[in-house]
Amino acid sequence: MLIPHPLLGLRDAQEFTYLGDASLMSPPPSDDPEALERHVHLRDNPAGLLRELWFHEQGDRSWLVVTRDTRTHEILGAELATDIRREGAR
Amino acid sequence: MDFNGFRVVWEGLTGHRGWKPLWRDPDPKPAYDIVIIGGGGGGLATAYYLATVFKEARIAVLEKGWLGGGNIGRNTTIIRSNYMLPGNQPFYEFSMKLWETLEQETNFNSMVSQRGILNLCHSDGQRDAFRRRGNAMILSGADAELLDTDAVRQMYPFLNFDNARFPIKGGLLQRRAGTARHDGVAWGYARGADRAGVDLIQNCEVTGLRIEAGAIKGVETTRGYIGAGKVGVAVAGSSSRVMQMAGLRLPIESHVLQAFVSEGLKPCIDGVITFGAGHFYVSQSDKGGLVFGGDIDGYNSYAQRGNLPVVEDVAEGAMALMPALGRARLLRSWGGLMDMSMDGSPIIDTTPVDGLYLNAGWCYGGFKATPASGYAFAHLLATGQPHPTATAYRLDRFARGLPIDEKGMGAQPNLH
Amino acid sequence: MTRLDGGHVDRTRALRFTFDGKRYTGHSGDTLASALMANGVRLVGRSFKYHRPRGIFSAGSEEPNALVTIGTGARAEPNSRATVVELHEGLAATSQNRWPSLGFDALQVNDLLSPFFAAGFYYKTFMQPAEFWEKLYEPMIRRAAGLGKLSMLPDPDAYGRGFLHCDLLVIGAGPAGLAASLTAARAGAEVVLADEDFALGGRLLAETHTLDDDDATAWIAATEAELRSLPNVRVLSRTTVFGTYDHGVFGAVERVGDHLPRPQTVRQTLWRITAKRSILAAGAIERHIPFAGNDRPGILLGGALRAYANRWSVTPQASETDRVAIFTSTDDGHRTALDLMAKGVPILAVIDPREDAPRLGNYPLRKGAVVSGAKGGRKGLSSIEITEGGRSDWFECAVLGVSGGWNPNVHLASHHRGRPEWSEADAQFLPPSELPPGMSVAGAAAGQGSTHGALASGAEAAKAALGLDTLPELPRAEDAPSRGMALWHVPGRGRAWVDFQNDVTVKDIALAHKENMRSVEHLKRWTTLGMATDQGKTANVTALAVMAELTGKTIPQTGTTVFRPPYTPVALGVLGGGDTGAHFRPRRLTPTHPWAKAQGAEFVEVGQWMRAQYFPQEGETHWRESVDREVLAVRSGVGLCDVTTLGKIDVQGKDAGEFLNRVYANMMGTLKVGRVRYGLMLRADGFLYDDGTCARMAEDHYVVTTTTANAGLVYRQMEFARQCLWPDLDVQLISTTDAWAQIAVAGPNSRALLERVVDGFDLSTESFPFMACADLTVCDGLRARLFRISFSGEHAYEIAVPARFGNAMMDRLMSLGQDLGATPYGTEALAVLRIEKGHAAGAELNGQTTAQMLGLGRMISRKKDSIGAVLSRREGLEADTRRLVGLQSVDPSQKIPAGAHLFTAGEARDLNTDQGWVTSACWSPHVEGHIALGFLAGGDGRMGEEVIAANPLEGQEVAVRVVSAHFFDPEGDRLRA
Repeated sequence: MLIPHPLLGLRDAQEFTYLGDASLMSPPPSDDPEALERHVHLRDNPAGLLRELWFHEQGDRSWLVVTRDTRTHEILGAELATDIRREGAR
Repeated sequence: MDFNGFRVVWEGLTGHRGWKPLWRDPDPKPAYDIVIIGGGGGGLATAYYLATVFKEARIAVLEKGWLGGGNIGRNTTIIRSNYMLPGNQPFYEFSMKLWETLEQETNFNSMVSQRGILNLCHSDGQRDAFRRRGNAMILSGADAELLDTDAVRQMYPFLNFDNARFPIKGGLLQRRAGTARHDGVAWGYARGADRAGVDLIQNCEVTGLRIEAGAIKGVETTRGYIGAGKVGVAVAGSSSRVMQMAGLRLPIESHVLQAFVSEGLKPCIDGVITFGAGHFYVSQSDKGGLVFGGDIDGYNSYAQRGNLPVVEDVAEGAMALMPALGRARLLRSWGGLMDMSMDGSPIIDTTPVDGLYLNAGWCYGGFKATPASGYAFAHLLATGQPHPTATAYRLDRFARGLPIDEKGMGAQPNLH
Repeated sequence: MTRLDGGHVDRTRALRFTFDGKRYTGHSGDTLASALMANGVRLVGRSFKYHRPRGIFSAGSEEPNALVTIGTGARAEPNSRATVVELHEGLAATSQNRWPSLGFDALQVNDLLSPFFAAGFYYKTFMQPAEFWEKLYEPMIRRAAGLGKLSMLPDPDAYGRGFLHCDLLVIGAGPAGLAASLTAARAGAEVVLADEDFALGGRLLAETHTLDDDDATAWIAATEAELRSLPNVRVLSRTTVFGTYDHGVFGAVERVGDHLPRPQTVRQTLWRITAKRSILAAGAIERHIPFAGNDRPGILLGGALRAYANRWSVTPQASETDRVAIFTSTDDGHRTALDLMAKGVPILAVIDPREDAPRLGNYPLRKGAVVSGAKGGRKGLSSIEITEGGRSDWFECAVLGVSGGWNPNVHLASHHRGRPEWSEADAQFLPPSELPPGMSVAGAAAGQGSTHGALASGAEAAKAALGLDTLPELPRAEDAPSRGMALWHVPGRGRAWVDFQNDVTVKDIALAHKENMRSVEHLKRWTTLGMATDQGKTANVTALAVMAELTGKTIPQTGTTVFRPPYTPVALGVLGGGDTGAHFRPRRLTPTHPWAKAQGAEFVEVGQWMRAQYFPQEGETHWRESVDREVLAVRSGVGLCDVTTLGKIDVQGKDAGEFLNRVYANMMGTLKVGRVRYGLMLRADGFLYDDGTCARMAEDHYVVTTTTANAGLVYRQMEFARQCLWPDLDVQLISTTDAWAQIAVAGPNSRALLERVVDGFDLSTESFPFMACADLTVCDGLRARLFRISFSGEHAYEIAVPARFGNAMMDRLMSLGQDLGATPYGTEALAVLRIEKGHAAGAELNGQTTAQMLGLGRMISRKKDSIGAVLSRREGLEADTRRLVGLQSVDPSQKIPAGAHLFTAGEARDLNTDQGWVTSACWSPHVEGHIALGFLAGGDGRMGEEVIAANPLEGQEVAVRVVSAHFFDPEGDRLRA
């Protein structure tokens, strides 16, 4: 697979480490332990588009949010996680 | 019709005119007491034990494709009970005991072959961990032996002892482990279930679950609505998709695992060998193909196919451990859909929906569990109580902080 | 048999080879199959199940029959298809799956017993008595099964690996592929053209077609010359593209040295080709028509018969007067007859089931007739039965070409699980409409069977793929439509083979139907159809059609089969030949490695690092002598140990303290500058992840350490926290593990030793107490970092210097510390020291343990939130009473096995009574007895109790006393001194 790194262009997926659903970026507040437990353990696991986290470990060490179709592996885009998280915080 | 050698000879002499279908192709009835979704190994075994051991009647198995087409149709055929944790080991040992009598019970030769499995170790720390595991195996009534380098060399002299990046320091051997002919297992259970009156319904995809007042009433399918007293879901990699119909999210991700088979070769590898340091394991089928695999590709996928880097990684593992495999040729590879759970262990449990039961999260290790998985799920469906060896496989174990994490990797499915 | 006229072998170059030890001669340009044919060898192999005698069936990689072992000794390669093995001088081929010889094979008895070996028979028997399966039945089956034999000697050859990137990958160099390549190449695109054959031209080489009224080879040669001359084109012949992967990645194997007589530097190369666009022009594979006895040597595909005659100037005739027949249901078969006649081969007849079969030339034609039987011994076909209008007659015949139409070779087009689509009009499966992204299909692979069609579709495909405006001028070529009917099998009572290699007959398919194994997948698995080394290339479509006929359904209703990589079998050697042996995985060396090596250290791998395990001295005969000496040296003098491998992460920025507060379970923000704190890191699920130290070098600068094994993981986790959770914190991270060499200086004399290297730095406890840290210089100006921390429990320091000075630093410390008893120690002594002190390491931090189990539960701060803190309070974690305890052998000389399980004395030994386990164990020179660490249920309240460490795996039971895990200096006086 090839991942379109927003800064570095197409990079081989072997340079990256996979984490999983990008929802892991948005934990609920710590005063809701049950929500936090669900956040850590439950997944939508969609057959279709998934926004997911990849770490460019053998590269520039940025975390990316990649949008990929889990049925076809087609990648629709990749963004810097930092940008996404900052936007979400606003 | 019973299968035996005399029947085979008789039919051979009389032109094979007497053989009957291995199972019927019934149309779905309007309603059943118990509907099992998924005609893979788990679903078929569940139906078989429900009908034969728990004497349930009016059972249907609904399969969207063909019977045995789940992960039981594509795996590396290994059976073993070499786990460490108390939540796991007794269950897998129960499964092993069921394997040992399976063929006589189902009257179908599933080619259960106790050729032994050897896990190689490469450091003192790994050896200590193996000792802990081997002791857990023995304490659960299973068999285990800790081998030193020389004993490993005697078993498999062709392993790379001399020029290895990870020198072989010994191994954990379970002699009662081995392989079984995966399709034969599915067919044995299917035929047995059919003979016990279970309706096995192929090409019948479940498209919805009818739930009223928090209780399951039946399932919508591509072949119409089917009423059900209880519904058991055993759909492996499709678990999230099916349970989503009941509004449930699962502690599961679907991943792709590739497996491989070589061209047929005269016997050269007797048992199962696993090389954890190199992500490689191998055995040889009765037909002569080397059956091998490695790690999951590592990303969520429903595509049922993998990518080249993992193929290379597995082949490198093969070459690192057995340089003699250089001239064996890869014949076919395939990608299976694995229901990877958050702790690497399965779930056999009730759900918040009355009458809806779940059997899922087998990761890439469901095949060996097939008999116990079916038995324990049948036990739960029939009695409402978990089977004594499966009490830890609860859905709420994550909320409660009771994971069964053999590898100690935490809530990241692709690390299990 | 002598050669016919013409052809593309170089008759001036003779090549000697052997088959089953017998010497033969062929020519340059021959395959092993054509050379065997030229030498009159008709029997080349035995089938898998019935051990039937078999001859050459095809002229390509679809070959089901002619499997041989090439080479000898460690270079013996089983299951090689003679039809694609390029002949070279000295080639040694051996037949396989026969004993004692190919001519007389004892297991041909299986053929007589075949009535009992019908599809799926083994599932129905061999069940009683149960133990006979492993002892008798299975060994018997295993010995009979399998094809060739692996030498089980290490592969002596080297393999290459390469990466190619291109605008267009063209797979197949037949007319379509060449036209596509030419179109793209002339437009300036980066083109890779790959073909599995050693000569370009594809099917053109097997035909007598003209291009622009000239021999087709002229155009091929000109095209090849042009392509090879262009810098933007890479022509890879002898290269099989075996798999279509994601995002335009293809796997391909180039046979670099297999066709050369002597072993080369590289035997084969694995190419990973990344292509923006691809054109599959892999041609088509002919199908046969099953009839009774159709597996005799001498019966082969009609197109193959034509190829052998035209390209290699041979036929499978035993003598040139042998009569050859053609059984065809398409016009194409008639061309075979024409070409053979042109070369003077006597034609018995062309048998065509169509009443309106065309006549293309002056050969005996039997319209509306079929071949319904074949006779012959192991030497092959001697006569065939022709049935016409209810009347059957036998005719002497040595060779029969069978042409049942062509199946587009859509293998690579369906690796993404797109299903080939049935065309009723063409009676073919065409490429799936859902092709892998970027791929198009041209030529016969797309159903364009004529030469003109292939050329035009190839050029058009390239034009479309690259968005070009113009097409190159293509040569004029035949454009004859090939009509035909689909005849899937000739009904009859005898066995008619569908899958030759695995001996699957029409009857087997009928039996599968009878037993309700009707879906394609059941059919394949029940009968083993398509499971042979050819993946059913000549069998699957025919079998589907037979099953469709039985069920009364259409072919598409019956199903299609999924093609899976690889297209043809690929040697594991080339797939995994990149990094093997000692180079299988990287090895990391510590900065003091050269020094340690010079000291004669034994090394051990720790998380890819090679660390000194112990330093044997003269006279020491057992590793423990060395370790005990090193341990005592640390406890009494001063020891030196390279601890560079521990992960080091520099954390800088205004919010560094807040960041670490959130990442570590305990409070780090309040740490004073110049001080170090032990830190615990939890996973998101609340279990222990890692431990280490946090040193605050400045207000906005921390240096944190991780365990060796988790260095990469912790860094990844911290970057996740920084980028994905709290990007607004002002904090920067960088891993400096490799930048600093770090040496532990431990023992009562450690301060005295360090005083000799620091540049005027006050090391007194008052100014530099336990858990202090500082930036300083040593050895006259070398910048360094000093931490007063201790893993051993001794008064100890860790000193860090830039990595390139690590080796010199160790040397300097050793020489300056001679009189202080300076002694290097390795990981074994380190382990003993930390067990004596009760410090956790990998065995205790195994991902299944909690802070509470380590007795460190109170370190999880409740004054702030941190990763995993909330989930660490889940009931299951809180209720766990297992605690890290010390264990001491009641009989001090008795070793405690790590991995033993703990039991209350007098209780049964099973999983229900299991009380915990031993994590780490050693001989303690300090205690003068065997000690261990372990997790014990209710451990805190069981001090002094005698429990059993049981190791039934090795038949051991050791009585151990539960003690504090701090065997050494429990009050910590030594640390603070």
